[in-house]
Amino acid sequence: MSATREVISTGNELAAIAAVDAGCTFFGGYPLTPSSEVMHVISDLLPKIGGASIQMEDEIAGICCVIGAGMSGKRALTATSGPGMSLKAENLGLAQMAEVPLVCINVMRGGPSTGLPTRVSQGDIKQASNPSHGDYRSITLCAGNLAECYTETVRAFNLADRFMQPVIVLLDETIGHMHGKAMLPTVEEVKDGIVLRKTFDGAPEDYKPYECEPTAPAVLNPMFEGYRYHYTGLHHDAMGFPTEEIETCRKLIQRLEDKVMAHQDEIELNEEFMCDDLTGEEGEVLIIAYGSVSLAAKEAIRHLRADGIKAGLFRPITIWPSPANKIKEFTDKIKNVLCVELNIRQYTEEIERASSRLDIEGLYKVNGRAISPHEIVSKVKEVF
Amino acid sequence: MAFNYDKYLRVEKMPTLWCWGCGDGVILKSFIRAIDKLGIDKDDMCLVSGIGCSGRFSSYVDMNTVHTTHGRTIAYATGIKLANPDKYVVCVAGDGDALAIGGNHTIHGCRRNIDITFILINNFIYGLTNSQTSPTTPQGFWTVSQKAGNIDPTFDACKLAIASGASFVGRETVNSPKKIEKLITQGIEHKGFSFVEINSNCHINLGRKNKMASAMANLDWIDSITVSKKKYDTLSPEEQLNLLPTGVLHQNKEVAEYCEMYAEIQKAHQGERAKITQDDFAKKI
Repeated sequence: MSATREVISTGNELAAIAAVDAGCTFFGGYPLTPSSEVMHVISDLLPKIGGASIQMEDEIAGICCVIGAGMSGKRALTATSGPGMSLKAENLGLAQMAEVPLVCINVMRGGPSTGLPTRVSQGDIKQASNPSHGDYRSITLCAGNLAECYTETVRAFNLADRFMQPVIVLLDETIGHMHGKAMLPTVEEVKDGIVLRKTFDGAPEDYKPYECEPTAPAVLNPMFEGYRYHYTGLHHDAMGFPTEEIETCRKLIQRLEDKVMAHQDEIELNEEFMCDDLTGEEGEVLIIAYGSVSLAAKEAIRHLRADGIKAGLFRPITIWPSPANKIKEFTDKIKNVLCVELNIRQYTEEIERASSRLDIEGLYKVNGRAISPHEIVSKVKEVF
Repeated sequence: MAFNYDKYLRVEKMPTLWCWGCGDGVILKSFIRAIDKLGIDKDDMCLVSGIGCSGRFSSYVDMNTVHTTHGRTIAYATGIKLANPDKYVVCVAGDGDALAIGGNHTIHGCRRNIDITFILINNFIYGLTNSQTSPTTPQGFWTVSQKAGNIDPTFDACKLAIASGASFVGRETVNSPKKIEKLITQGIEHKGFSFVEINSNCHINLGRKNKMASAMANLDWIDSITVSKKKYDTLSPEEQLNLLPTGVLHQNKEVAEYCEMYAEIQKAHQGERAKITQDDFAKKI
């Protein structure tokens, strides 16, 4: 999307506005610092356009009503933070299993448990890959600046309908509460880019919502339009009815994996910052960071280059599934790799897996404070 | 001519997986007769069930159906209803589902008074999972998790519903299928949250270990613990103890329905009316 209009806003507000611009008509949630502003903003926006926003009795009800709205055919959003993600996990699993599209924004704060409610963290990275039990592939996007709070929320809605599953958008407290200028695409461009879920328009008796190609998502028509089928969290057959038939069960779960992994090219999105001149020469440094940390990393890279150290940033915007091939390509070429995270090694372990290297350096911080460019510069000079 | 249930059933799913003599079948048939009597198009209704024997209810009716996670029927149904306020939404849940794991949603569904008909199938036990104690299992009963006798106090789900703000509350038993049909009909017709409790038998997993191993014995016991509201109201508090009144126990047609109030919110945001104040409500604080 092109950036053609300038706004001054916060990350949480931009996410809420983006949802509405992307065609969301339903929000359900529960107050949870530092995500609550998403609800505050969208509860004003949705009734204006005939949509609905409801504050439910708990986090579980928040995700459940959103799944219900999604099942009925609406674009639906919930927003929360770590403790809420933990509570929503079981029902996110149902949405994965029944293939219900929705977007779940997680504005990360310090954890585990109640943790540091008003302070920044990236401690939910691993959780985002598998919030619920069982096998499925989570799609998780991570905004690295204010504009991406908008564009990634829009992209999440389109991916949710394309792949028929929940999409998690990770913000963090720093970026959610950041207030500043952002360049956004026009609303018209967003609306033109909306990709709604596929539907079946043949005779109802020919409709089999869950009978699909091995790498395709279910085709779930909206409710109340004459196509009656069944939603369940149990293993299910072509019409959605519970089954324990061996081959049907195997195919279903394999498809939940393959529908994402066979089309990763449609999901993957990365930023390469000052990487063009990295050729693999001795002394070059690759920093891997995502979310608000990448802002500090970019500043650090400018300082490092001023000091004569050739450094660049690789930033995954789609966190899960991880850009493993791209990580391998970079880490094969560049020896000095530093992963910077507001957690302890949560994504570094994915970098290690993708790179088949165990010498990835790390800078980690888990005290609820942001990492400064200066800390990154010092770390690079210390370890390489 | 006998009533034809087939047009509302997924006949290919028959027979049900409920045990022989289970009351759930009686409730299913009564529900279907109620829908037929109301003339509701099955494409205009969504039926949401939870986990447990009652959870399978949604597999058998030929509608838009949702089998949710344990205890969450009302939360799912709230999303479906608020996003589609002109459609009918019905929940079916058991006593464990609605009163234990899903108790919070039951309270708040009632309080919100959203136009959902909630059918609580109360068989006083966790039947599907082999006889664990439920919030309605009478004290002193054998359960597989309290083999020396259940010590957990029970509670009256209809009293909870009334206290929580449901605008229609009623109870019947599987001994009276015609009354179930009538109560469900009234519940669906009522604009607001309708809480319909049906006391049902589980002679297999409640009865066998509690001296009522046959369906008939279990039904006799249900008969012995229930009494019509009319008669119940004439009894002394001592006589009312351990008895459950049946019939329509509470109805308030004045209280605002949630989706209708939300339409007012939409109007306020669209500049078609002033902000909502306490004057918009019948009951003021």
